[in-house]
Amino acid sequence: MNTEIENHHLIELAGIAKSYGMGAYAMHALRGIDLHIDKGEFVAVMGPSGSGKSTCMNILGCLDTPNSGTYLFKGLDVGALSRDQRALLRRNYLGFVFQGFNLLNRTSALENVELPLIYRGASARERHRRGRETLEAVGLTGWESHTPSELSGGQQQRVAIARAAVIEPEVLMADEPTGNLDSTCSREIMELLCAFNKERGITIVMVTHDLEMALYAQRTIRFLDGLIDPEESNGGKRS
Amino acid sequence: MIWQTILLALRAIRRNVLRSSLTILGIVIGVAAVITMVTLGDGATAQVTTDISKLGSNMLQVRPGQGFRGPGGTRSTADMFDVDDAEAISREVFGLEAVAPTASRSQQAIYGNKNWSTSVMGTTNAYLQVRDWELESGRQFTEGELRSGRTVCILGSTVRDELFGDQDPLGATIRLQKLSCQVIGVLESKGQTGFGRDQDDLVMVPLRTLQRRVAGSNDVGALYVSAQEDISTTAVKEDIEALMRERRRIASSANDDFHVRDMQEIVSTLTSTTRVLTGLLGAVAAVSLLVGGIGIMNIMLVSVTERTREIGTRLAIGALEREVLMQFLIEAVVLSSFGGFFGIILGLLAAAAGAHVLGMPFVLNSGIVATAVVFSAAVGVIFGFFPARKAARLDPIEALRHE
Repeated sequence: MNTEIENHHLIELAGIAKSYGMGAYAMHALRGIDLHIDKGEFVAVMGPSGSGKSTCMNILGCLDTPNSGTYLFKGLDVGALSRDQRALLRRNYLGFVFQGFNLLNRTSALENVELPLIYRGASARERHRRGRETLEAVGLTGWESHTPSELSGGQQQRVAIARAAVIEPEVLMADEPTGNLDSTCSREIMELLCAFNKERGITIVMVTHDLEMALYAQRTIRFLDGLIDPEESNGGKRS
Repeated sequence: MIWQTILLALRAIRRNVLRSSLTILGIVIGVAAVITMVTLGDGATAQVTTDISKLGSNMLQVRPGQGFRGPGGTRSTADMFDVDDAEAISREVFGLEAVAPTASRSQQAIYGNKNWSTSVMGTTNAYLQVRDWELESGRQFTEGELRSGRTVCILGSTVRDELFGDQDPLGATIRLQKLSCQVIGVLESKGQTGFGRDQDDLVMVPLRTLQRRVAGSNDVGALYVSAQEDISTTAVKEDIEALMRERRRIASSANDDFHVRDMQEIVSTLTSTTRVLTGLLGAVAAVSLLVGGIGIMNIMLVSVTERTREIGTRLAIGALEREVLMQFLIEAVVLSSFGGFFGIILGLLAAAAGAHVLGMPFVLNSGIVATAVVFSAAVGVIFGFFPARKAARLDPIEALRHE
């Protein structure tokens, strides 16, 4: 990784610390993280429960703010942004995929995928066009009008990925995207993510517990006790 | 953007049709209750007004004593009038059409084996003129009958129905206590007054007949005066008051011991009474609208809790605080407006049915309909705001973790 040219990092964390609670009872989730992620990377984030990886993901996803340290997203200091400004940043640059899919019930796959476009103020015609295109890209042509309860887990996660990808985000944040899926589905989902990463150049940051899934990534970052474990983290290429 | 937010809200409502309709029901009932009550109240007011105008709006009543004691008669220690008072008024007050002295007693009217308790009124033909009352059949009193106090009578249609049924009463003789009386005419039906009293329940006899043969005194209980069309009843009222004070020798410092009642005054008293009643009924109904509003708040709070993960997802995707607020607020307003819409329809139908059953006119008050529209939307805003703010202020991380 090229760390010399600072201005060209997509994501840059420096000395990020986050703690919950006060005084002696304070829980230090992050104890000073330095991290760079470049455009087009596919990064896997691993680590045991309570190691701080979720907190770090929330900060990376602009859902949470650190107590100290700086977070530069495309050179922009996220710490200085208001709640609404961070929401606009998420709306325009970030896509989210969750372990539990988080699709809207009783809402068709197409309407779910269109949701971020509604917040972006896209016209109905454009929403439908891009929604259908993205559903096609995740292999769900013909399933547009099905509601989540009529879809399998793997299909639901594809809809969720389509929803995250429909805005063509800079970064797709995936929090254990295969945590609720069997191994066949998991592999399909990972191949989908790899395809988006390769073909559309979408940077992907993915939390996983599964080493096999982490192997799809170009680089693995390991968290331990609120710090990045330098020994275990590697810059290995995907298999 | 507002259109997009409305779209989101409509989609959310459509996703839960059953619960949405149950929520709406509270508002439907509230709005319908207000509309029904107010519309029926307006109908009652309109009916009272037309009923009283049937009495003759250019009519004045002069009664001894202070204050108006209703049409049943006076119970007062003040001196009664006599026929001279009536003559003095018709001679000296300008712009009168007719003056009718009257005296009444309650009596049993008997014909054959039928008997009926009614009011026997002694008066002159002027009474028919003042009340603008036509005869259905027969004739009025003659001058001779009036002067000599003959035992002839004119029946109100209720008395005719009770005593004679389908038979022709003309020429028959009825008994009023010990007095035998020949029927010479039947009055046209006037129906009930605004007070609910049957105006047709009376027997008219010449004043002198009543005074000599029934009451045994020359007292006149009430004077009915009608003013000419273009003459102000207020001016006539003042003239009569001045004249009667003089005739009854009332010192300028003392109060009147008689009362002149203008029909306009009765109309305004009665309409204001029914207005107050309408207002009260409407207020009671408005309470149910309030309860409906609380229902909306309750459902919206449940909905926010239930949809916490959805809200978290929306926030993560990049929804602004105010967009989530607007979504839930618009959901509440759309729900309550739907409720208002159906409530207005239901309320007007119920009012129309009610007016039909009660035999009242159906008066469409567009003001109350407009108020209902505004109010039901306002209920949505007021009771939807708190749950909507709760949703908008959720922490996206907490919300996403919510089970």
